[in-house]
Amino acid sequence: MKEYFGNIFRSVWTVLIGMKVTASHLFTPAVTIQYPDVRLKLPERARNRLYVNMDDCIGCFQCDMACPVDCISIETVKSLPTDDLGTTSTGQKKKLWVTKFDIDIAKCCYCGLCVYPCPTECIKMTDVYEFSEYDRKNLIYNYATLTPAEVADVKAKAAEMEKEAAAKKAAAAAAAAQAKAAAPAPPAAPKDQPPASPPAQPHP
Amino acid sequence: MEELLRRIVDNNLIVWFVMALLPLVWIVPYALVAVYLERKVSAHMQDRLGPMRTGGWHGWAQTIADILKLIQKEDIVPAAADRKLHLLAPFVVFIGSYAAFAAIPFSSAFVGSTVSIGLFYVISVSSIVVVGLLMAGWSSNNKWSLFGAMRSAAQIVSYEIPTALALLAVVMIAGTLNLQTINEQQAGWFWHWYMFRKFPFVFVAFIIYFVASLAETNRTPFDIPEAESELVAGYHTEYSGMKFALFFLAEYANMFAVSAIAATLFLGGWNSPFGDVLAGPVWGLFWFLSKGMFFVVIQMWLRWTLPRLRVDQLMYVSWKVLTPWAFACIVAIGAWMMF
Amino acid sequence: MAEVLTAPLKTSTGRTIRREEMVLNMGPQHPSTHGVLRLELVVDGEIVVDVIPHIGYLHRCFEKHCEAMTNYQQVIPYCDRMDYVAAIHMEWSYVLAVEKLLGIQVPERVEYIRVIFAELQRIASHLIAAGTYGLDIGAFTPFLYMFRERERILDLFEMTCGARLLYNYFWIGGLSHDLPPGFIDKAKAFCSYFRPKIKEYNDLLSYNEIFVKRTANVGVLPGDVAIAYGATGPMLRGSGVNWDLRRDDPYSVYNKFQWEVAVGKGEVGTVGDCWDRYMVRIREMEQSITIIEQALAGMPEGDVASAIPKRIRPNPGDVYVRTEAARGEIGFYVVSDGSATPYRIKARSPSFVNLSALPEICRGAMIADVVAIAGSTDIVLGEVDR
Repeated sequence: MKEYFGNIFRSVWTVLIGMKVTASHLFTPAVTIQYPDVRLKLPERARNRLYVNMDDCIGCFQCDMACPVDCISIETVKSLPTDDLGTTSTGQKKKLWVTKFDIDIAKCCYCGLCVYPCPTECIKMTDVYEFSEYDRKNLIYNYATLTPAEVADVKAKAAEMEKEAAAKKAAAAAAAAQAKAAAPAPPAAPKDQPPASPPAQPHP
Repeated sequence: MEELLRRIVDNNLIVWFVMALLPLVWIVPYALVAVYLERKVSAHMQDRLGPMRTGGWHGWAQTIADILKLIQKEDIVPAAADRKLHLLAPFVVFIGSYAAFAAIPFSSAFVGSTVSIGLFYVISVSSIVVVGLLMAGWSSNNKWSLFGAMRSAAQIVSYEIPTALALLAVVMIAGTLNLQTINEQQAGWFWHWYMFRKFPFVFVAFIIYFVASLAETNRTPFDIPEAESELVAGYHTEYSGMKFALFFLAEYANMFAVSAIAATLFLGGWNSPFGDVLAGPVWGLFWFLSKGMFFVVIQMWLRWTLPRLRVDQLMYVSWKVLTPWAFACIVAIGAWMMF
Repeated sequence: MAEVLTAPLKTSTGRTIRREEMVLNMGPQHPSTHGVLRLELVVDGEIVVDVIPHIGYLHRCFEKHCEAMTNYQQVIPYCDRMDYVAAIHMEWSYVLAVEKLLGIQVPERVEYIRVIFAELQRIASHLIAAGTYGLDIGAFTPFLYMFRERERILDLFEMTCGARLLYNYFWIGGLSHDLPPGFIDKAKAFCSYFRPKIKEYNDLLSYNEIFVKRTANVGVLPGDVAIAYGATGPMLRGSGVNWDLRRDDPYSVYNKFQWEVAVGKGEVGTVGDCWDRYMVRIREMEQSITIIEQALAGMPEGDVASAIPKRIRPNPGDVYVRTEAARGEIGFYVVSDGSATPYRIKARSPSFVNLSALPEICRGAMIADVVAIAGSTDIVLGEVDR
């Protein structure tokens, strides 16, 4: 019997306390802001959309290898010794043409693992988070700065250089073979040379 | 009101037709405002803002936009559903809620019908809602909807009893079931209201009535039939478009009907709380509507504060708590009146 | 709890009335199953006769992915995504396992920072658990209050490592970033801000009679049954078993801190009911604040990256390391074959094991109770399915 009345009293009392809590919140200001009219400023380290500064990229493939979801694909082409690709802001002389640098930002898991291995710190995570597109293909970001014509040109030059190098190598090998064939036979070993010493015997 | 209409058009049928539709003039804008108010009240209780953009200033046009959207929505009926019942159900529910307004006096000059069994009529006709809910749950051909409908039927039927008993407490003192007469008996300053007479028994009856009426309207903590987290949307899961809007309208109309009865019987109806100050037919309408809205706001407040009861606990509250206490009130008031 | 009618019903003429049980699908899409979990309920009216959970809707081949990674570091973002609600705990357990394989010892500053973030994550995870539990029971408002607090914790995370939910912060041998300037003050401010909020939750939800009636004496899991099923975390402690890996199998610097382990005592019902499990989580949040304050006060100086190895190539061998995650014991069994790629990684997830106890405690309950019980086990499907 006591439990019955206790139940009723507790119910009414806790309901009233609960109502007091919610009523007091009617008079506290709201904690939400009205996005998109008002936007919160993200902290400095915020990890959102990737950005690559191609001037500094040396084509080392470190970010490609570090990515756990394989969203970065890079292709590089060797440059001729006479080409001047410029220097990075950290003072390194660039030696490779980066003909393809694609990041599929839809695959990216925003872990930031690609940022740390970059020797020139050219790949960074920015604070941009509003980058939705209507077409999924537009989410593949092409960072390479060479035009297709330039890419073809560079590839052609590299292929040519390769051919020349291969030809030179073949010619050098052929010349060496020829020189070997044309050269006189090496002097015969002298007959009166002492025989080779016998191999050392282990001590008894 | 009736005389005013008769002076304009001297045709019984037209006069009665217009009188029957007059509460709609209040119900429909009220529903729009109440939905918006619910969203705003719930938002501010939860430290957020609610609708802010539609219509410019604090999103006042949100409900209008919602209604326009619901009107254009495709009406989806499940393939295996019972089409006739599916179509009829929202109407039956709305009729049950709306018909109660026939006997509720909005003002000293306007009451749909001064039938002498007014209160009895109101309580019995609002039970039609149960049939509508059962139809909705059954015709959806969805196990979860069926659950919601069964629970709702059990709930509403059980809570009719404490409702009627609590109202009986007032009827015993008033001596009549005619709602307009009950209103007139509460004229004067607010201490003449029935809530404060034969204190505290009528007050306890008032609390019992208010709690039981929460269950009648399927509001939290008794909103098991439409328990969002359990049954998705209960009996109106399979409804879309205008039929869903009608369910919603019926729910808010019911909320106001129940608040109106509480205001009429316990809080003096269209009487001004200050006696003759600010009284009159038009002022009476204002007082009546404010008292109704006051209870509606309290219902919203409770919804956002309390968790919901389980079905068997709900039955326990009805049969073992509310009904015995209502009986006790009646006996106490009867004894007081005799001695 | 209601009893299931097992005796056959007969009419007055002696004919047995046929009753049929209904199979109800609390399908993969349901507001209360906390993820894509399918619960097949066999019900007799409103009373549940059997519950058969079907999982696998969120299986993402985590363990197989790890074997294809080029190095151990790349596994860490995948660990995050197992229990996305309490990601730091997943990271920590894995990182500890690999550090044990490598035999490296991290600087003390790293340990303190790891403890602070793990406890912050525990609070954030319990806020979700308690908030969504209130939502399941029907109380809409505490959910939003708890998320307001959670926002402040996520702000602390974001200012340190840049991400709010999936951090990649704990690295093998250290951390990815040191604490930013202003962090310690902000964290201390959060601690003093949060303590009164717990009182608010208790007023609004925990001791509310309706909530108590819904959760007390419901889904009672006796202590020995909990141990038999292998339940851990709040599910085990709610059943009265005083077992916390941070104290009983200590790792990192937990042995330097004083705090109370919250255990269910059957305060408003039976020991091991849903209310006890819920209350253990609320009390754990309080104790986490205590730990954080102690760690902030005793934070040593140091370099968080000094022990990070250049090349992670553990010797061949295997190791099992377990830590106390928000939901229970998370264990990683890492097998190395001497190369830079893990040979095999097995994750023992707490929610998967806790879920196995669900059918036992749901039998005989009503459908509304199944929702309450499933909410109190606090499962995250990402962890269950991996």
